[in-house]
Amino acid sequence: MTAWDTQKKARSRRIEAGSRFAQGKVVSKDDLPRFLDAVLSAGDRVCLEGDNQKQADLLARALAGLDPARIHDLHMVQSGVVLPEHLDIFDKGIARKLDYSYSGPQAARIARMLFGGQIELGSVHTYLELFARYFIDLTPNVALIAAVSADRDGNLYTGPNTEDTPTVVEATSFKGGLVVAQIAEIVERVPRVDIPGDQVHFLVEAKKPFYVEPLFTRDPGAITETQILTAMLAIKGLYQPYGIRRLNHGIGFNTAAIELLLPTYGEKLVLKGQVCTHWALNPHPTLIPAIEAGWVEQVHCFGSEVGMDKYIEARPDIFFTGADGSLRSNRAFCQTAGLYACDMFIGSTLQIDLAGHSSTVTTNRIAGFGGAPNMGSDPHGRRHPSAAWLKAGAEADPHTPAPLRRGRKLVVQIGETFGDKNVPTFVEKLDALDLADKLKLDLAPIMVYGDDVTHIVTEEGIANLLLCRDADEREQAIRGVAGYTDVGRGRDRKRVETLRERGVIRRPEDLGIDPLDADRRMLAAHSIKDLMLASGGLYDPPSRFRNW
Amino acid sequence: MEKLTFQFETNRIAGGERKQAIIGVVASGNLEVLIERTLPPSQCHIEIATAAHGFGPVWEAVLSDFIARRAAGGLKISINDGGARPDTVALRLAQGVRMIEEDS
Repeated sequence: MTAWDTQKKARSRRIEAGSRFAQGKVVSKDDLPRFLDAVLSAGDRVCLEGDNQKQADLLARALAGLDPARIHDLHMVQSGVVLPEHLDIFDKGIARKLDYSYSGPQAARIARMLFGGQIELGSVHTYLELFARYFIDLTPNVALIAAVSADRDGNLYTGPNTEDTPTVVEATSFKGGLVVAQIAEIVERVPRVDIPGDQVHFLVEAKKPFYVEPLFTRDPGAITETQILTAMLAIKGLYQPYGIRRLNHGIGFNTAAIELLLPTYGEKLVLKGQVCTHWALNPHPTLIPAIEAGWVEQVHCFGSEVGMDKYIEARPDIFFTGADGSLRSNRAFCQTAGLYACDMFIGSTLQIDLAGHSSTVTTNRIAGFGGAPNMGSDPHGRRHPSAAWLKAGAEADPHTPAPLRRGRKLVVQIGETFGDKNVPTFVEKLDALDLADKLKLDLAPIMVYGDDVTHIVTEEGIANLLLCRDADEREQAIRGVAGYTDVGRGRDRKRVETLRERGVIRRPEDLGIDPLDADRRMLAAHSIKDLMLASGGLYDPPSRFRNW
Repeated sequence: MEKLTFQFETNRIAGGERKQAIIGVVASGNLEVLIERTLPPSQCHIEIATAAHGFGPVWEAVLSDFIARRAAGGLKISINDGGARPDTVALRLAQGVRMIEEDS
């Protein structure tokens, strides 16, 4: 007889083993090592919750402390490889295989360990792609997650940083897996139920909040004049003509500059209500002045941002909030929103090649993907029109009859021609290719593919790749905004001038922008303190950003 | 420290009357530009002291564009560079020329 319930039985055995160290569902911190040793088995597929923001840090430390003689060969499936412990478990032989998405802070070490063979790499994913695989072929046996508080039945309050938790729990708990949550405290009644208790099997009281990285905080004081110039070009050369109302911004300083120019430069261009009204975006502190000036109608968030919670609670017309008043974020839904319901993604990158492919991989660092490729791609499943989407589609394909023509999402790369330490942004060959070679990967880790990119904005102007009719034109359009990099100086001046006459390349002067007007005084806030003041004292910046 | 000098001929004479202008600061990633109206109106002389070696061709490209785009005839320009990026160099030069065009 075929057994059809082996997974449920395996979970029952895990629950029975774990219950020896629990009072009901509650495991004390001191018993955590023995508890984990009891519920895990060698070879388990484990999702350790953590992304570019929140971290199940207590559970990560406990996992790294296990005895590899007993618990080994784990297959880790997780959004973020961020904490040192996430890699310590591979060093110690507790885990062997890794499927993940983002590894910003551990980019250098993960590269060394991949070269050294300590990690068997499955794939590097985008967030949505990894979430999708949780439901198809990477379903976890055990999920180690993080929440703010819980009641004794296991009902979880995840607070403003809900992020990945519902997705991870859904995939694990409904497919025979075990869910273990670290929480700061047990309460009689949770402020709101983010995860129902019957999906959660054990609770570990950490006695302190899980760690959250303030990744989306950009100090206005660090924004340069060149970044302001690129922001002016984007607003006047893209947001205005396309009428971009629904969008997502990356986390760089160029897009922070755009956010801070809306109430000043944008106001002068009479764009309020015409652009930037609906967002898939984390609660960027640099968006506060635009929100306060009435530019923004609503924002859906992937996660929260450190210090923004009180401000968000006071602006429920703008943000999605729960019965308790605080933000409800959800990475899977927000990624989907950014992919299907936004007309533009605009963000920075480290390297762009002559075909417009971009990558944040440099030779010795593997930062992973996170959500940028989901935001920065044209979804072929989209069917609803908007003015911006139709206009971009018509530019790309003027010959197909309009009712049969796909629109295009605007995917914009914005940045200076040279990055930190005078490293050129434009290159003949991406470092990602060398890396793929060294690691024998089937695919080079490309953040945004060239065929998805519609525009490149630098201090030299805007290249509209939708208007390029072949690879050669595309290359010259890219060289044409690559400034004084080798790629830029290698341009065919005559052909670039022809492209400019056709409007494929638009210089600042073609848009009526004098680079000398790119002045820091135009920013709606000049410092973190200004942002705090603009919020009426509701924004509470983390200490590392308080320099007054 | 590398020293570079460039001599340009131009028919675009710097506007205004001001004798001297100074802009920017010597700091990492930035530069200080001193502009003096001391040369015959068809000439522009640019001297660079830079901490970053081996960027001669980039300087030449940036300065050639500067001469083509801005009226710099009659100016002697001295640059103290802290490894600024080309976009910053171009911006400071343009700011300097605008400054010397202003009333003193």
